[in-house]
Amino acid sequence: MKKLILLSTIITAAGIAIISSCSKDVVGRTDETPALKPANLDLNAGTWKPILLTAPTDIAVAAPIATNTPDYIAQVNEIKSFQATLTDKEKAIVKYWSAGAVLRWNEILRELVARHNLPPYQNADGTYPFPSANNPLAYPQFPFANPPYAARAYAYVSAAQYDALVSAYYYKTLYNRQAPYNADSTVNVLIPRSDLPSYPSEDAVVEGVSVELLKLLFPGDQDYIQLKAEEHKRARIIAGANVRSDMEAGEALGKAVAQKFVARARGDRAGAAAGNQALWTALDSTTRARGEIPWISQESPKRPPMLPAFGKVKTFLFDSLTAVSLVPAPPPLTASQQMKDETAEIYNIVKSPTREQTRIVHFWADGVATYTPPGHWDAIAAEDFIGKNFSEVRWARNMALLNMSLMDAAIVCWATKYKYFNPRPSQLDPGIKTTTGLPNFPSYISGHSTFSGAAAAILGRIIPERATAYDAMAQEASLSRMYGGIHYKSDCTVGLTVGKNVGAYAIQRANTDGADN
Amino acid sequence: MTRVQQLLMVLCCLAFSINTSKAQTDMDAIMMSKKQLCIGPMYAHSSWKNYWEGTLKRDNANLGTVSTQLYSLMAAYGVSDKLNVLFSVPYIKTKASAGTLHGMQGTQDLSLFVKWMPVEKEIGPGTFSIYTIGGLSIPLTNYVADYLPLSIGLRSKTASARLMLDYQVGNIFATVSGTYVFRDNIKIDRTSYYTDHLILSDEVEMPDASNVNFRAGYRSDKLILEAVLNKWTTIGGFDMTRNNMPFPSNRMNATTAGIDFKYTVTKKHNLFIVGGGNATISGRNVGQATTFHGGLFYVLDFSKKRSSKPSTKTTPAKK
Repeated sequence: MKKLILLSTIITAAGIAIISSCSKDVVGRTDETPALKPANLDLNAGTWKPILLTAPTDIAVAAPIATNTPDYIAQVNEIKSFQATLTDKEKAIVKYWSAGAVLRWNEILRELVARHNLPPYQNADGTYPFPSANNPLAYPQFPFANPPYAARAYAYVSAAQYDALVSAYYYKTLYNRQAPYNADSTVNVLIPRSDLPSYPSEDAVVEGVSVELLKLLFPGDQDYIQLKAEEHKRARIIAGANVRSDMEAGEALGKAVAQKFVARARGDRAGAAAGNQALWTALDSTTRARGEIPWISQESPKRPPMLPAFGKVKTFLFDSLTAVSLVPAPPPLTASQQMKDETAEIYNIVKSPTREQTRIVHFWADGVATYTPPGHWDAIAAEDFIGKNFSEVRWARNMALLNMSLMDAAIVCWATKYKYFNPRPSQLDPGIKTTTGLPNFPSYISGHSTFSGAAAAILGRIIPERATAYDAMAQEASLSRMYGGIHYKSDCTVGLTVGKNVGAYAIQRANTDGADN
Repeated sequence: MTRVQQLLMVLCCLAFSINTSKAQTDMDAIMMSKKQLCIGPMYAHSSWKNYWEGTLKRDNANLGTVSTQLYSLMAAYGVSDKLNVLFSVPYIKTKASAGTLHGMQGTQDLSLFVKWMPVEKEIGPGTFSIYTIGGLSIPLTNYVADYLPLSIGLRSKTASARLMLDYQVGNIFATVSGTYVFRDNIKIDRTSYYTDHLILSDEVEMPDASNVNFRAGYRSDKLILEAVLNKWTTIGGFDMTRNNMPFPSNRMNATTAGIDFKYTVTKKHNLFIVGGGNATISGRNVGQATTFHGGLFYVLDFSKKRSSKPSTKTTPAKK
């Protein structure tokens, strides 16, 4: 008997050892991204048209010290002393950041959005608390990074990165200070060599601008953001890519450019987007006065509609009159036969969804605790951009075009939603059960469709050979909301069109910003 | 976006709580005799209104009461008196009583167990036996895991190793077992998700789990009546954050207490009913479920010799 127990124990232990030794680590799709090696250095980027800056020289950057000065040589020696004692962790940091500054800060931003995309839990009396930017760590934490908030965050960070890089590239060609490994051939370089002048550092520019904007957008996450920033700066010096003065000049430029965007953000009316009880009541009563059934929250307890005044936020790609003109004609009347038919259509789809329909719903859901639909389009874009070997400034330009489109799409979409205040399918027919979370705001037009129409339009301009694929993705994203039981067909088709119309303004900008000359 | 809030996992809990309660299962110290097949349907109903969001207990008016119904076919076969194989195939249906979320239904995982009794020995006044049980579970369909608390399961392929000890004096017995459950990673329908950080993949690392089960009571050929205590612990995983949705790789823990019986209906011992229920007395990232189950089993004897006692061996080998 003892032998048997012993035998069983040995077999069990061996089994556990074998199975435990299998790695379950999940590798992210961009974890192994190779170091950025631009196909084109874009040395003329200093002439590209900025977004908020009036000229690349708005922020002055002092001339760098010469590469034969004792100060510069000391900075090169700093690189060498780092490299003399390289740890595996330092090598990993270099590898991570070498994939690209715009890529990595976009991923960090997506992470912050996903972390904060959680609707507040109700108060004991059935009302809901609102996050406060002045007390970001108290529950509910600031921000609630819902899709409009996220779209705006992506746009500001991307646009500011772009402006700061245009300015940086201007100074790079103006001062033409070579990279440390070109100034001193004994410097070991851990990333691909480049003839791009290294002062001011494009990485430090992106880091500086991102940190400053994230202070505004995610004020409760400073510890994490600073950790990333320090790591980024260290990676560039360890890698032999920049000396300290490249980094300091770049970071200062980035922070200064960021201030212009912070000032814009403080005055863009997003702070008032949540509205108040008077606005929420007026939305209901004016809709009833029109003879229409108003949207009603289907959450329990009833939650105020999400950001009803977000439609008044200041757009990036066009002026406020244009924004108003992009708002589509009304949805079918709630009492109309068309609305009855469209409601019945959703009921029939959702009654017994197929596995493929459910896959599509969940693939595009981008709901709670995700980086939202704009973040999903950023992810799609980023993974395609990786294969294009864009320079940092072109990465930033393309991300800015995409994210300004997504933010402006959110603004026009939200203006539409609260102009018509149209009920969801499951409000008109409570028999409709949804296969994804029901968004707490009016139905017409579909946010996913608007975002996707805009994103597909501008991405098709940036990577023309993928235009058909982007359109197909947008169609599927749009359809996913019908499959989910949360939108009518009109919401989706009109949303796609409105998105495409918004995207046209980004295309127009892309055609004239000087980047394709 | 709203969120309907959610909760979690009854399913994984359900899967184990139901397994623990059927007779002739991987969790009890009962063996089929050689060439005997015990087979029959089981039904279980599990529901909860409260759940643990991490360690915080709450309810959710956007879910109301979440209920799960399980219909399964189960069987145990005696390869020999000391070696049994068991399987079960459940069909599961979920529903939330409030909110707008659509329930789900489908065939879940095939479970297979090999149960071996290497030791059965008179010790002191009673009989002591040792069992080792190896288990596998494999999803039978491409069902959705990432829709908790309404998905029908977690989709993970699992392998489990269990050591079980049983001691019986007269008609009184006690059984204790410990299990380690290896869980394979799963694929979900989306391309990124947030745990305690953002992961850009559709693959989810599933933490392993352990289970401890204690049962004691009365056991005779005619009737088994036992109290059951079960503790499921996920080794790793993360807590749901405030007002967040549950996720398959959450740290799901649950302790349940309940009662099970097996009653032999016919004198030939070839037809019996089982039933029972349990309540969740503590948990983490799981629903506070109350579960009831019942089943009807029939024993087919494929041995040439007509056994005078074609049923399960439930009494000590030697008196």
